[in-house]
Amino acid sequence: MTVAASRLLGNGDVCFVGIGLPSAAANLARITHAPGVVLIYESGPIGAKPDVLPLSIGDGSLAETADTVVSTSEIFRYWLQGGRVTVGFLSAAQIDRYANINTTVIGDYAHPKTRLPGAGGAPEIAACAGKVILVLRQTARAFVERLDFVTSVGHLDGGDARKRLGLPGKGPVAVVTDLCLMAPHEVTKELTVTHLHPGVSIEMVRAATGWDIRFADAVEATAPPSAAELGALRDLQRRTARAHGRPAEA
Amino acid sequence: MAELTSLRSAVEALVRDGDFVALEGFTHLIPFAAGHEIIRQGRRDLALVRMTPDLIYDQMIGAGCARKLVFSWGGNPGVGSLHRLRDAVEHGWPQPLELEEHGHGDLSNAYVAGASHLPFAVLRAYAGSDLPRFNDRIRFIECPFTGERLAAVPAVRPDVAVIHAQKADRKGNVLLWGILGVQKEAVLAARRAIVTVEEIVDDLRAWPNACILPSWTVTAVCCVPGGAHPSYAHGYYDRDNIFYKTWDTISREREIFRQWVKHHILDTESFEEFRRVLQEDMAGEVH
Repeated sequence: MTVAASRLLGNGDVCFVGIGLPSAAANLARITHAPGVVLIYESGPIGAKPDVLPLSIGDGSLAETADTVVSTSEIFRYWLQGGRVTVGFLSAAQIDRYANINTTVIGDYAHPKTRLPGAGGAPEIAACAGKVILVLRQTARAFVERLDFVTSVGHLDGGDARKRLGLPGKGPVAVVTDLCLMAPHEVTKELTVTHLHPGVSIEMVRAATGWDIRFADAVEATAPPSAAELGALRDLQRRTARAHGRPAEA
Repeated sequence: MAELTSLRSAVEALVRDGDFVALEGFTHLIPFAAGHEIIRQGRRDLALVRMTPDLIYDQMIGAGCARKLVFSWGGNPGVGSLHRLRDAVEHGWPQPLELEEHGHGDLSNAYVAGASHLPFAVLRAYAGSDLPRFNDRIRFIECPFTGERLAAVPAVRPDVAVIHAQKADRKGNVLLWGILGVQKEAVLAARRAIVTVEEIVDDLRAWPNACILPSWTVTAVCCVPGGAHPSYAHGYYDRDNIFYKTWDTISREREIFRQWVKHHILDTESFEEFRRVLQEDMAGEVH
């Protein structure tokens, strides 16, 4: 999953990164095929090049290795809203068929069953980044027919809804899960499975999705991680585990 | 001009029950010592604002200091939930917590507006999101020049801002560096400001464009070495990631949390004593 997500970043990208799966994918890209990718963290580092995956977005290694560190207000004004972020990496507790996401509550807002951490920088990233890549584990609890709360928008209710609302960025262009790759349908913007990971069947994907998910006419197999990619990832995880005293996220 | 004083005196004089308080530091330079002193002095009914509540507000909320929280992301970074925050929101323990919820772009710019003495900040955000439905302080306006629909969010103007920084000189000029978050904005947006520092020096030896808060923008400066622990102070000490992970266990159960606060904060006289007690405790911890 991490490898598949990292492949979507290129050398020209300026990538706004959160912690967890997005951070692993972005840093893996940087140490493998896209050394020129610029990583921006909302805490202020621009061009961070950490040797190990940071536990938090305020880790010292981010500030130390960055090209520069600016204030959080500047990050959101000049860099994100200013149109300088080409790709935003997001994750979520819930996602729907148009890649809208929920990181706020499960249940009712006033009396939530589970209070989730909240928006963070996601609404702004979802709106303003050139494009968005979503990375999350696929389960029927996460991939739901209807979100309990729309924290950050994907393609809203489909079609050209984003354009009509005047959102500057293209929105989600890919969803990477532990089972498959999805992309929004060209016209309807409904998430469509384009690739199945090795060993994953159509039935498994259907069972892990809370709606009747679409499949592309010709679903391909995700190219498995190369030895180099896997080696780099394992190495990164080992270094991270040593630094933080626990296994790093895959 | 800033008064060089003890943290105890500063909190006694400047943080009052019912105040709107900002303790800022975006995962770096988090003013834990000051937060603990506020708990220690038994402040109540505070409206707390902080972009990322972190462990410091988890502790203050769980200890019963807060009636309201203004925030944009409330998790334990890299670890999981803030259990005391969740308990307050999900079950009203130890008392109901009113939430005013925003996004980072919004709240960071709300501080800029506050520091600028403007009533609101403008940003391109929230179109299509549910957040404005549950926060009526997120509004929409039309640009008077282009007609574009933009979000308007109210300025944050705390009664008191508290930050931790690396250095102050003897006149009370403050120097901070590294990940700055919205610390400078928070101080300049607030009516009163307390800055705790790692050390007080004769000469800041600041470089051009260094982030300096002149003494005349700060109310009190207090020398509290290690005052950001378990977060970090760039150039002084690292983040204590193990403590952040341990907090997950400490804060999960109400009684364990209550005992921890009593033993480490209420029964200690100072942050220095807290550090000693914590060290003994963690040395005996089985992870």
